[in-house]
Amino acid sequence: MRLNDAVPGVFLILFALAEMAYTTTFPATFGQQIGPDLFPRLIGVGLLGCGVLLVISGLGTREQVPLVTLGDWATDSRAFFNFLLVPVALLFYILASDWLGFIISSLIILLTLLYRFGVSLLTSLAVAVGTTIVIQFVFASVLLVPLPWGLFQPVVW
Amino acid sequence: MDIFLQALFLILDPYVLGVMFLAALFGLFVGAIPGLTATMATALLIPFTFFMDPVPAIAAIVTTVAMAIFAGDIPGALLRIPGTPASAAYCDEAFAMTQRGEAEKALGTGLVCAVIGGVMGAIVLSVAAPSLAEFAIQFSSFEYFWLACLGLSCAVVISTSSTVKGFVSLLIGLFIATIGIDVTAGYPRFNFGNVELMAGVSFIPAMIGMFAVSEVLRYVASTHTPLPMPQQKIGNVFRGLGPILSRYKVNIARGGAIGAIVGVLPGAGADIAAWIAYAVSKKTSKQPEKFGTGHVEGLADAGTANNAGLAGAWVPAIVFGIPGDSITAIVIGVLYMKGMNPGPTVFMNNPQLIYAVFIAFFVANLALLFLGFVAIRMSRQMLRIPRKILMPIILMFCIVGAFAINNTVFGVTIMLVLGVLAYIMEENGFPIAPAILGIVLGGMLEHNFVSSMIKADGDFLGFFSRPIAATLGVFVIIVWLIPLISLMRRRLRAAVSTA
Repeated sequence: MRLNDAVPGVFLILFALAEMAYTTTFPATFGQQIGPDLFPRLIGVGLLGCGVLLVISGLGTREQVPLVTLGDWATDSRAFFNFLLVPVALLFYILASDWLGFIISSLIILLTLLYRFGVSLLTSLAVAVGTTIVIQFVFASVLLVPLPWGLFQPVVW
Repeated sequence: MDIFLQALFLILDPYVLGVMFLAALFGLFVGAIPGLTATMATALLIPFTFFMDPVPAIAAIVTTVAMAIFAGDIPGALLRIPGTPASAAYCDEAFAMTQRGEAEKALGTGLVCAVIGGVMGAIVLSVAAPSLAEFAIQFSSFEYFWLACLGLSCAVVISTSSTVKGFVSLLIGLFIATIGIDVTAGYPRFNFGNVELMAGVSFIPAMIGMFAVSEVLRYVASTHTPLPMPQQKIGNVFRGLGPILSRYKVNIARGGAIGAIVGVLPGAGADIAAWIAYAVSKKTSKQPEKFGTGHVEGLADAGTANNAGLAGAWVPAIVFGIPGDSITAIVIGVLYMKGMNPGPTVFMNNPQLIYAVFIAFFVANLALLFLGFVAIRMSRQMLRIPRKILMPIILMFCIVGAFAINNTVFGVTIMLVLGVLAYIMEENGFPIAPAILGIVLGGMLEHNFVSSMIKADGDFLGFFSRPIAATLGVFVIIVWLIPLISLMRRRLRAAVSTA
């Protein structure tokens, strides 16, 4: 997805204004001019300036560069779905891993992604199971990372 | 000498050598697969190094990266697709040689030059870093403030065609660094009540997101045609290399020097070193017309430069804590985690660890000669592994890696947000390197700025009150003026041509 420079420009201006407004809630340090708000404010001023420059340059190229150019993936519904699948998979892990546990979440994510990317069902299953076992062994057993057991908790303990 | 022996024993430990061997295989594999970069390899490696002692952790990163940068040449020569951005400069040249049936010559030259460049870079690192450290011991917050400014400014000016976009990227990085408890008053900023953000945006999930998740997104977004298969059979790549090496020894030496110097500059790494070395080679060549048609001369220059640049980037990283490229930006995070806080004092407190890092560079680059040869022989098998299987596996490792640092899924959230951000930024021409440097250096910049301001009692002239600080300050201002001067020159030339 390619954007005309004006689009990120406008976004940066809005972000910088919101950020600078928020810094006014920071407490002042007693007896000093330099507080926790100074640096964020300088960053805000910089972002504001850059945002304005981007809007100007973006408007200059408006004839050649449309506001939004969608990539190949957006026109092809299958590719579009696959593209969304990556952040959705991460969101799924964030929300569900504690309850389902690592093993089940990992199997679901890997199986879905592999199959959707065009790998045959049998290979997908083999790769998903293999990868999950390797990660569970290396991280949980060797490196002692407490990967969540989730639904397996009563079985394991 | 005693310290050197201690360092040598640290590296020659069978465990460390074993880790380095595994890291080498990992690096060669990642480098040889197009779409997986050396920086991504480093980001994926950190969760493992998290559980190691400092020396094996750092040695693993050094080895992985040295291997990956060379391995990037393999698909570049065979398929015209650079395995890592550092091979992009001479990928067409190497492929043209392959089409003439000289794949062995192209890969052999690339391998031997990579080894020579790596060793040259390691020499520069082991000589320059300790002497710079002796000098840096006198630095105060003023000097460190200017050094951080210099690093950040170089990153913006060097790494991108659009200075404004580079600056935006830098500011985004600096903003991310301000999240969490601030250095002056201990007030939590921009965490919106979230306790996990109080300590700031966790560095490692951020790096995994920006370098690995964004790469997976880019793969999914591209219309992915499977890679073509290399047709040539590859025999002994070392055959007939002697005459080439002796003919282009000046090029190799020059490439190594350019690589090391570009590497030392903050914000510019192996890929930029290779482009510059290739351009210099073409400009000074006696046969510039042959460039682009499968001429080995540019390969000798640029193939040496990118590996030399890797070690060069460690000089400012170890001595000042200012990364020379994105990889060393990650390394600095690892050094802090391991209690080897970068800075001149590390040479006094833990000299044996630093010398062990230097030795790791030599060992890794010498091992590259053999392992690179094996990798070339196995390149057909490696390139046959479909990326549609690799990408989901990589994503799963990203998730576990981001989780493992603090054992919370909040790391995965940070990884997701920054991964999407990095993808959108790169798609629209905002370089990522300045943002990384901003995240790494933001705290240091603010801390040194605030303590300097307090020392100088709010007087900005205080930043120029010490000789070294004043010199650095003037230097920074010159770097700031470069984009303005080039803009004015362009305007002037346009005005002259229209008149």
